[in-house]
Amino acid sequence: MDVRSAIRFYLNGDLVTLAGFPPHRTVLDFLRLDRRLTGTKEGCAEGDCGACTVLVGRLDAGGTLRYRPINACIGLLAALDGAHLVTIEHLAGASGGLNPVQRAMVAEHGSQCGFCTPGIVMALEAHWLGDGPTDDGAVDRALQGNLCRCTGYASIVRAARAVESHGARQADPVEAGTAAMAEKLAALADHARVVIAADGARAVIPADADDLAALLLESPDAMLVAGATDVGLSLTKALATLPDLLLVGGLPGLCDATVDDGAVRLGAGMTYEAARPVLAAHFPTLGALLDRIGGPQVRHAGTIGGNIGNGSPIGDMPPTLIALGTTIVLRRGDARRTLPLDAFFLDYRRQDRRPGEFIESIAIPHLEPDARFAAYKVTKRRDEDISAVMAAFRLRLDGERIVAARIAYGGMAAIPKRARAVEAALIGRPFVRDTIEAAMARYDEDFRPLDDWRASAGYRMTVARNLLLRFWLESTGAPARLSDAHHGRVPMAEVTDG
Amino acid sequence: MADGSTNPLAAEARAVAHESAHKHVAGTAEFIDDMPEPAGTLHAAFGLSAIASGTITALDLSAVAAAPGVVGIVTAADIPGRNDMSASGSGDDPLLSTGEIRYCGQPVFAVLATDRDAARRAARCARITYDETLPVVDVAAARAAGRGPSFPPLTLARGSVEDGLAAAPLTIAGRIAIGGQEHFYLEGQVALAVPGEDGEVLLYSATQHPSEVQEAVAHILGVAAHAVRVHVRRMGGGFGGKETQPTIFAALAAVAARKFRRPVKIRPDRDDDMTITGKRHDFVVDYALGFHEDGRIEAVDAVFAARCGHSEDLSRGVTDRALMHADNAYFYPHVRLRTEPLRTDTVSNTAFRGYGGPQGVVAAERMIEEIAYALGRDPLDIRKANFYAAPDRNETPYHQDVHDNIMLRIVEELEASSHYRARRAAILAENARSPVVKRGIGLVPVKYGISFSKKAMNQGGALLAVYRDGSVHLNHGGTEMGQGLNTKVAQVVADELGIALARIRLTATATDKVPNASPTAGSVGADLNAMAAQDAARTLKARLAAFAAERAGVAEDAVVFEHEAVRIGAERIGWAELVGEAYMARVPLSATGFYRTPGLSWDRKAGRGSPYFYFTYGAACAEVAVDTLTGEYAVERVDVLQDVGRSLNPAIDRGQIEGGFIQGMGWLTTEELWWDGKGRLRTHAPSTYKIPLASDRPRVFEVRLAAWSENMAPTVGRSKAVGEPPVMLAVSVLEALGMAVASTADYRLPPRLDPPATPERVLAAIERLRRDVDFAGVLL
Repeated sequence: MDVRSAIRFYLNGDLVTLAGFPPHRTVLDFLRLDRRLTGTKEGCAEGDCGACTVLVGRLDAGGTLRYRPINACIGLLAALDGAHLVTIEHLAGASGGLNPVQRAMVAEHGSQCGFCTPGIVMALEAHWLGDGPTDDGAVDRALQGNLCRCTGYASIVRAARAVESHGARQADPVEAGTAAMAEKLAALADHARVVIAADGARAVIPADADDLAALLLESPDAMLVAGATDVGLSLTKALATLPDLLLVGGLPGLCDATVDDGAVRLGAGMTYEAARPVLAAHFPTLGALLDRIGGPQVRHAGTIGGNIGNGSPIGDMPPTLIALGTTIVLRRGDARRTLPLDAFFLDYRRQDRRPGEFIESIAIPHLEPDARFAAYKVTKRRDEDISAVMAAFRLRLDGERIVAARIAYGGMAAIPKRARAVEAALIGRPFVRDTIEAAMARYDEDFRPLDDWRASAGYRMTVARNLLLRFWLESTGAPARLSDAHHGRVPMAEVTDG
Repeated sequence: MADGSTNPLAAEARAVAHESAHKHVAGTAEFIDDMPEPAGTLHAAFGLSAIASGTITALDLSAVAAAPGVVGIVTAADIPGRNDMSASGSGDDPLLSTGEIRYCGQPVFAVLATDRDAARRAARCARITYDETLPVVDVAAARAAGRGPSFPPLTLARGSVEDGLAAAPLTIAGRIAIGGQEHFYLEGQVALAVPGEDGEVLLYSATQHPSEVQEAVAHILGVAAHAVRVHVRRMGGGFGGKETQPTIFAALAAVAARKFRRPVKIRPDRDDDMTITGKRHDFVVDYALGFHEDGRIEAVDAVFAARCGHSEDLSRGVTDRALMHADNAYFYPHVRLRTEPLRTDTVSNTAFRGYGGPQGVVAAERMIEEIAYALGRDPLDIRKANFYAAPDRNETPYHQDVHDNIMLRIVEELEASSHYRARRAAILAENARSPVVKRGIGLVPVKYGISFSKKAMNQGGALLAVYRDGSVHLNHGGTEMGQGLNTKVAQVVADELGIALARIRLTATATDKVPNASPTAGSVGADLNAMAAQDAARTLKARLAAFAAERAGVAEDAVVFEHEAVRIGAERIGWAELVGEAYMARVPLSATGFYRTPGLSWDRKAGRGSPYFYFTYGAACAEVAVDTLTGEYAVERVDVLQDVGRSLNPAIDRGQIEGGFIQGMGWLTTEELWWDGKGRLRTHAPSTYKIPLASDRPRVFEVRLAAWSENMAPTVGRSKAVGEPPVMLAVSVLEALGMAVASTADYRLPPRLDPPATPERVLAAIERLRRDVDFAGVLL
């Protein structure tokens, strides 16, 4: 196997080769401190405000170059190997003028203080380059990862809608350079392992999943980093000194989805965005749930496997996948074992992952025709917020009678956890309100919820119970919640006295 | 010289883009952290107290000093002058602790290193031991501990509140707790100090108040004010959070720059920023009100207790303004309003857009809500019944007449354009049919007083230089934080001189250009500084006109400045040509300008005066939908009608209204400051502190300016201030949420939904009502 000791990537069209830099270096510090590209701002250093949004272009499986927004503040520089990094400075192109997104922002008065603005422009640029629709809901989703404290967003949304009237996409410098850049990136691909070492620390990009398996056998203490959406914070906030890093984002062999008669199978390295189409197609409410995980910057970086492996009690995917009966494949060297997902979580931040093992894939069995399923996320702020309560319900009915129930929650215990007593109170009984109310009385047996600044224990418990009621109400066809897409419902605005 | 009428352009023509818009979107607008650092710049990081209350028994910084990249340490002992940053001059606000710990996160020392990362890592190596005492964190604890007024409270009274309450046929007593708010400016606090000769220091500080930074740094360094220059080109948002708080960082940078004789930069991490700096005051308001069956208020007796934090800072002015807006738009025949400022072992609360006014308005609207639910009436009818009205229901609790009242016209226009009545009826009907999702609607007026209550602060200055090529360099005492002040001031000067906006360049606000400037605060940035700039422009114009008249042998009133040219009798010459000739004729081409707001009076001891030059008026109608199973909600539609007088720039004003509304909505809904029992703020980053996102904005958001309005007071172009009033319009969202909550008890009980109305608070209010009422047939 070839081993490279330098990363190679393009920065705003120019090739950059870097070796011997600190493996913990973030993309943002590289841009602002090393390159003095100060258009990209630091607002929070934890991937929540989007002021540092940049675009990362990579070739997809079909060889098409796609640009995706990420948060530079928690992105690792080393992980840029093979990519095209585009910053705000590149949008003007050689002419030095403004591109259509920028022109629309000026025309619609979309900036006030200007500090969040470069990140907003980059988020809108990603949406525009990706041919994103300009209806309200789509624009809101494109901006889920960007905070603005001045404008109230109205002018920014007006700008997003008006981009097309400020110029053609073909004239955009990023878009215009896509074909040439695709060739350049293809030429960089050499299937080598990349090892960056400095100051006694090391970051390794395995060549593929087999290489990862081998590396983990050598260094079982190495930390797996996929999107760095959580690990990045330990660097910027806790100032952690991490052990060897194994960068597995986009790793060949971990990013494929297959669907067979038994299950939907996802490589553990698939990002939320990559997994969204197949999950939304096979499981009701999952598309809407995925749309509420972080913002686009996080969804394009964070992975399903990372969300599981992290073991957080407030992750959104684990309870959902547990309710769906998901199994995971753990690989150590060439050995593999399969585990029900709920057996993987042992205690707070402790999982059944043995030294040298990694999550390779997950399998989500198809819903039976008689199954009912829903996942609900309850947060303080609708979007880009961590769950107070995450709940997922999967029931099977034989006529009126409940014959199987898998119910799992996040935010209700130290781990993502099934509601066994509640399930027991449902199974074998008719799916009617009395059964639901009886089951709602059983939650104390299952859970001792977290009590913190996101929500009190009492609120979590009440909501946990009420979500079961919501699940039942919705199965009866009653409107029992606000629409998933915030802007999906006709408000009373349409009512006039005329 | 003919007197050019200000603001001659049509509204569309005045709606020019922000002067930095192009740079904002290109990423080339330079913020302080973007500036090239002078050679040898050191980076500072604060070491913070881990406890909220107590004393330091041992401070071991040896590991800090030994950490990689560390150049040195600054403690209180290194401060050459006074270890005090207080805005009030009360001496109660140390830059660095001398042993006493007054809040969790208080700066204890600072470490200087060759880069920021090294400084941050080193700061965490300190070994500090404390003698910890139980912290007094909130209003209730402060009352229990007898942490009574840290400065004299304010009382506003008129009539006899006892007699009024006794005479009123109906009375209600209640309490509302109103949460605080983090500014969450996107650009965090930052300062860069560059030492110069003779003890001078040049500070780049992200501050709304350069003169205060200058004065504070001067006394902390023990030098005269003329040795300290403060520059700020722009801030990435301020919202009041950069009025006094930047001094913490600027002063530390200055002290360190002095000690190490090197440039020093400090830019705290977001978590440290949110931990170290003050916030909007939270209040607990106890009220008793007497009213009539028709909804008219007879008497109001209320006490406004505020968590001020560990020092006075701006708490006096903030709590005063809360009281002076506790009437909102309503006449209280008998009234007694009192502040109860309380000292707590928490960060010192400070200015925040509205400066106490929003808390006063929230309390006023709570009282209206109480009356409406008690009488089973539409709250809007109660509001209208209590509006100020000349001649005999027109005096505020501070004895100023409401002389320019357009409240009713604003509200009635909005009531019609928003179809409030029909929608309310439709919502009542739909709620009766919808078991889980409930809706609410609220239409809330806002009257807001414009001027600093501290009279001396109502002044502005400007400096104008015209160069031989006709280009103009303009400075004024205000600061640009995104609100478009520079744009408006430049527009006023361009109009005055009859030249293109492109001829005018504004550069950094600088204490060495315009001295003794007031903070850019209180919404009066344009009122003060555009007037001062206009004054400077008029001085220059008069000199040019006199020169032109003499040159052509015509009367001065035959000289007219228009469209990049000057008409002199029958002759017409270009602006630049006239300027060039004036230079040759040795006409001075720079001028200062000055403005002081006329006719203000305020006697705080007596609680009496006319502190406001004028009032602004606005109203908003909000509709929400609430999920009664979880307390989650969505704001579906908002209509706003805001009076800005004759707008200087309708596009900028609209942006202020939209942004202010959403910021106020965040304060009243999802923004929750959460301290634990040890006095530690646990919501100190955007991961835990949730300001609104794009998807939180109302689906329908109709914002209109009252195009017919013209300021009765002689302001610049008859415009009105716009920065703060829109924050309070968001009270309409709270009102609407309250209605949705109240629907679960068939509107028979007041919802008493205290802000921030997080989903948890909404659900708790619903559960409380369900417990309190016989709900057969109403609920699921």
